[in-house]
Amino acid sequence: MAEGLLEIKNLKTSFRIKDNYYAAVDDVSITVNKNEVLAIVGESGCGKSALAFSIMGLHNRAKIEGNILYKGHDIANISPAKLNKLRGNDMAMIFQDPLTALNPLMEIGDQIGEIVSLHNKNLSKSERKAKVIKLLNKVGIPHPERTYKQFPHELSGGMRQRVVIAIAIANEPELLIADEPTTALDATIQSQILDLLNELKEDMNAGIILITHDLGVVAETADRVAVMYAGQIVEIADVHTLFGDPQHPYTRSLLNSVPNAAKDQTKLHVIQGIVPSLQKLPREGCRFGPRIPWIDSSAHEDNPVLHEISPGHFVRCTCYSQFSFPEESKEDQSHGVS
Amino acid sequence: MWKFTVRRILIMIPQIFLLSILIFLMAQAMPGDALSGLIDPNLDPKEIAKMREKLGLNDEWYAQYIDWIKGAIQGDLGESFRFKMPVSELIEQRLINTFWLSVVTLIITYLIAIPLGITSGRFNDTWADRIITGYTYIGFATPVFIFALVMLWIFGFHYGWFPTTGSVKPGLEPGTFDYIVSKIYHMLLPAISLALITTVNTVQYLRSEIIDTKQRDFIITARAKGAPESRVYNRHILRNSLLPIAAFFGFEITGLIGGTIFVEQIFGYPGMGQLFYESILLRDYSVVTSVVLLFGIASILGALISDVILSLVDPRIRIK
Amino acid sequence: MGFLEVEDLKVHFPIKGGIFGRTVDYVKAVDGVSLSIEKGKTYGLVGESGSGKTTTGRAIMGLNNITAGKITFDGYDITDLKQAELDVRKQIQMIFQDPYSSLNPKKRVLDIIAEPLRNYEKLSKIEEKKRVQELLELVGLSPESIVKYPHEFSGGQRQRIGVARAIALKPKVIIADEPVSALDVSVQAQVLNFMRDIQEELDLTYLFIGHDLGVIRHMCDHIGIMYKGRYVEQGTTEEIFNSPQHIYTKRLVAAIPDIDPSQRKKQIQFRQEVQTEYEQSYNEYFDSDGLAFKLKPVSKTHLVALPEVE
Repeated sequence: MAEGLLEIKNLKTSFRIKDNYYAAVDDVSITVNKNEVLAIVGESGCGKSALAFSIMGLHNRAKIEGNILYKGHDIANISPAKLNKLRGNDMAMIFQDPLTALNPLMEIGDQIGEIVSLHNKNLSKSERKAKVIKLLNKVGIPHPERTYKQFPHELSGGMRQRVVIAIAIANEPELLIADEPTTALDATIQSQILDLLNELKEDMNAGIILITHDLGVVAETADRVAVMYAGQIVEIADVHTLFGDPQHPYTRSLLNSVPNAAKDQTKLHVIQGIVPSLQKLPREGCRFGPRIPWIDSSAHEDNPVLHEISPGHFVRCTCYSQFSFPEESKEDQSHGVS
Repeated sequence: MWKFTVRRILIMIPQIFLLSILIFLMAQAMPGDALSGLIDPNLDPKEIAKMREKLGLNDEWYAQYIDWIKGAIQGDLGESFRFKMPVSELIEQRLINTFWLSVVTLIITYLIAIPLGITSGRFNDTWADRIITGYTYIGFATPVFIFALVMLWIFGFHYGWFPTTGSVKPGLEPGTFDYIVSKIYHMLLPAISLALITTVNTVQYLRSEIIDTKQRDFIITARAKGAPESRVYNRHILRNSLLPIAAFFGFEITGLIGGTIFVEQIFGYPGMGQLFYESILLRDYSVVTSVVLLFGIASILGALISDVILSLVDPRIRIK
Repeated sequence: MGFLEVEDLKVHFPIKGGIFGRTVDYVKAVDGVSLSIEKGKTYGLVGESGSGKTTTGRAIMGLNNITAGKITFDGYDITDLKQAELDVRKQIQMIFQDPYSSLNPKKRVLDIIAEPLRNYEKLSKIEEKKRVQELLELVGLSPESIVKYPHEFSGGQRQRIGVARAIALKPKVIIADEPVSALDVSVQAQVLNFMRDIQEELDLTYLFIGHDLGVIRHMCDHIGIMYKGRYVEQGTTEEIFNSPQHIYTKRLVAAIPDIDPSQRKKQIQFRQEVQTEYEQSYNEYFDSDGLAFKLKPVSKTHLVALPEVE
């Protein structure tokens, strides 16, 4: 395997609840290469955001174990000063809700200017402004000079998200983490923002981690996809394989539960049961097992690991080989249980 | 912005008008009238009735009100029967005294509140926070007048560090340096006593604002930019937390009015509060109504100041 | 004549301005909307944020003051909330977007679901409990849940509690305002399936307000597209998705992400074409204020907002 831009090895991020630590990210290993979009998909509580925050060192009181190698250097537990040199410069993050992600009392120009000058200490005021205006142009803001002086509440949701992106790309980071960048936006704005991200990827030759729950967004932007469930990666593959030949029961269930115009569905597939809370997460055996009870328990591994079933296509646990959806009659019962 | 301020000031006019009517009617409802304190008990009741008629005291209430308010606008607030002098003259010096006492109290309030609030909010759930929070609970539970008495006894009588009465050392020429120093010296103990109690509101408020702001998403954005913790605090958390505190400023003024009544009385400080208290005891109605009117106007002004400050510092209100 | 009819509905909110706070203008949140839903069908009301779709739903529900227009339900005029009989009113209920904030966290499930019953029907404690338990069973929750609090449930379960509350009075029409927008995909599937089941079981008519066209397409028989308070297009699901006529609708449809990654390039190209068309023909489709024209029929069921032909 070529040396990636970012290599995460056996990352475990645990939060303290009362007197115990519970791992929200449990033994995750992924690689992100330059000029590549790696999508991390999963439902709320699967640990995808916790993973992103771990990479950026944004967790306040979490225990982080394992390695996060950025260009070969471990950044999992480095000093705040070293981390601050990387953050905003080498790696940056785009947040979900552009309204809350911006300081309501600061002019847009200052908010973008802040990240510029934090990493270019000897920039003059006019140079800084010129750079900010250039960034606003780059993210497609129609009147950069005017927006420079405006406050977040004066902009529409789509414009605000462009500002958030401008902040993230200000110092041309090599690693960009986008945490649900379009979830808070309208559909037409969403497609514009995704197009912008695609353009930027090619422009900057950056590696992008796209965190989302929206499979449509994944299908349109990702090169590779990692599906997360209950803190673990259950399947990784390139985007065509993942959508064309999904293997893990969770991936397949998820794909079947989205309304799809191409299929004639009167009923959507429903995954039985609920995502267990952090404290109740099964720590042994196949974590998805309890939600596919019709699959014989012998199909699961005792200690499920990722199996490479074809080059670059990894699936956790052996249960995938015996998985099939229950018949219609079983589905009828399933939505009543939860 | 100016539109907002003008509108806000225009709203004040009916507020003050209503307040004055209310105060006037309350004064009317009280036993006796402007004459009862002035008259000689030996006078013929017929004579008194004539005087009443002449003074307009038998007119309809609104006619009397118009008379009163006309005078008030021109600065004629009637006569104090106790001091036998115009209320306006009586109030003038005391108003200045109370004004400066309030200013000093406010300064001390913020000098205490801001560092304590910041420490408590930034390092919440540490021992420093627990001590500060403990202090605020004691402050909430302690009545101003008892605390002021204790302060007076300890620092005024026991140690003798501060004067125990008056607003200035007698015999000093107004305007001289010594006079000003003496004024401040006299204000200090009442101001500190009052500030130590009233500041706990602001400490608690600032603490919770900071704890709240700390968890906001844009703070994460700031950290993700690579900003060091000190900058995150100074540029983002503090600025955003101080805003509601600034808006609270006007209401502090309202709160102070209540405080000065007790504190001035206890420290024998000749201000509006003391005057108010004594005038009530002596049924000096024209003074009481005037003081209540001024207190009311001060409260309304306080609210105005709050709104104007808020519109100045918060762009979300400023731009509209 | 539809089961629920809305005729030329207008909801205008005043804008206060100037020193004296006079009404200087109006926000025309809903500006002349007409729709008709047949019994047992699902009508989708689609639009982006600020389009007025939620205001329309709330106005039908009687939660917003109506500036002009007429709403009839099963032949009864229910435009004026005060004049509409209670009996008619309770036949229309609402499901809200956020199952986390629309349920009072301090109330037990029993009290939440029984609330509409207490407003409209006088039941004894025992009867009430029995009804609530029946409702819970109907929405697939265990009858023992009555003593629990909302936080003890998952998102999908909470939305079911919201549904149970909405169907407690045996309504005929349910206005669902973005009922699945706050939910995860698998939970969304659960709620959508369930809404279909109870529709069949109780012969319900839905007004489904949403912005996710995938969900709308899955759920609805007829669709109306709103933009800035007006309709731009209305038709059957088939018509809207397969032959959208208005450029705004085309753009919305083009923005639906395609779940097949092999179509990515084609999809991006298609979207760009639509965007170019949108920019070039904007003036043909919107008036000088950027608002949609009046609807004109292009077929029996398909209406499009097009300018008068000169």
